[in-house]
Amino acid sequence: MIAGLATLLCCQLAGEVTARLFGLPVPGPVLGMALLFAILLARGGEAPPGLATTADGLLGVLGLLFVPAGVGVVLHLPQLARDWAPIALAVLGGTLLTVGVTGLLADRLLRRRG
Amino acid sequence: MAGFAELWVYLAREPLAALTATLLAWLAASWGAAKARWHPLANPVLIAVLLLAGGLLALGLDYRAYFAGAQFVHFLLGPATVALAVPLYRQWRAVRASLPAAVASVLLGGLFAALAGIGIALGLGAAPEVTASLAPRSVTTPVAMGIAEALGGLPGLTAAIVICSGIIGAALGPIVLDGLGIKDWRARGLAIGTAAHGIGTARALRVNALAGAFSGLAMGLNALGTALLLPLLWRLVGG
Repeated sequence: MIAGLATLLCCQLAGEVTARLFGLPVPGPVLGMALLFAILLARGGEAPPGLATTADGLLGVLGLLFVPAGVGVVLHLPQLARDWAPIALAVLGGTLLTVGVTGLLADRLLRRRG
Repeated sequence: MAGFAELWVYLAREPLAALTATLLAWLAASWGAAKARWHPLANPVLIAVLLLAGGLLALGLDYRAYFAGAQFVHFLLGPATVALAVPLYRQWRAVRASLPAAVASVLLGGLFAALAGIGIALGLGAAPEVTASLAPRSVTTPVAMGIAEALGGLPGLTAAIVICSGIIGAALGPIVLDGLGIKDWRARGLAIGTAAHGIGTARALRVNALAGAFSGLAMGLNALGTALLLPLLWRLVGG
């Protein structure tokens, strides 16, 4: 488990360093994900069991990890109250329209290309 | 024996209480979601945030003091994002076959998400900094905050909007997809990952491994595409 966590942190660190060094607009963890994926692909075969256990453990509680930032909504209640109509409509309507449009598009494109 | 006031000062200052409260709220929310048979509307992130935000407001506690404890949970978001490479790798055979279709739908879907946010905000006469905070709504929080700042938005407000969008997408998105008759797990994962980033991916991973892998892929691609394209688009729309 510690080896798995160390692997994840090494990839994240490499991603953070790369993003800062080259001034990329992409966050370190997303670059880290790409790096880990490239490593797994280069190794071939099954993902190492230690890494797989740690990754599955973390991703099993992925929702929990968003909770502290989510509670931060309390800091912006006045702003949310002032511009509630555009914010509510964009968050609700915009998000659900995006789900529908992306879903239909993906469904059609996947069917055509198999 | 210490007085109640001293005890309260200790609990409000030390990270232990906030961290414990976060985990307990999550357990309660998961229990509630399981009772509702993991119905998308009973989203555990939504329930836990409501419990904790309500608690902070009711007790008059400062969010910064809460976050001092909860940051230990928050920190794990980074390694968890890296860990999304593992389900993607496991499903790589299926993903590779449909990669061009996946990339095209995520980039167009992400573009649509940004335009819908800007359009709705402009149509309803929102302040410019609110419009800039709504534009990167569908992207994972750290990227969205960076984009909003570059566009003249408010990073804190953006974080709140992004998380609300993620919760809405995870809670109501599956109902929209059912209504449209989209049954392909790949398309469902791409739609949820594009519109509802990590919170949607958390839900997708629980429902179906293939949908989870495509959702994680969509979240990463959308972060990449929107970070590169939205500032250019903003310049065109903003004149």
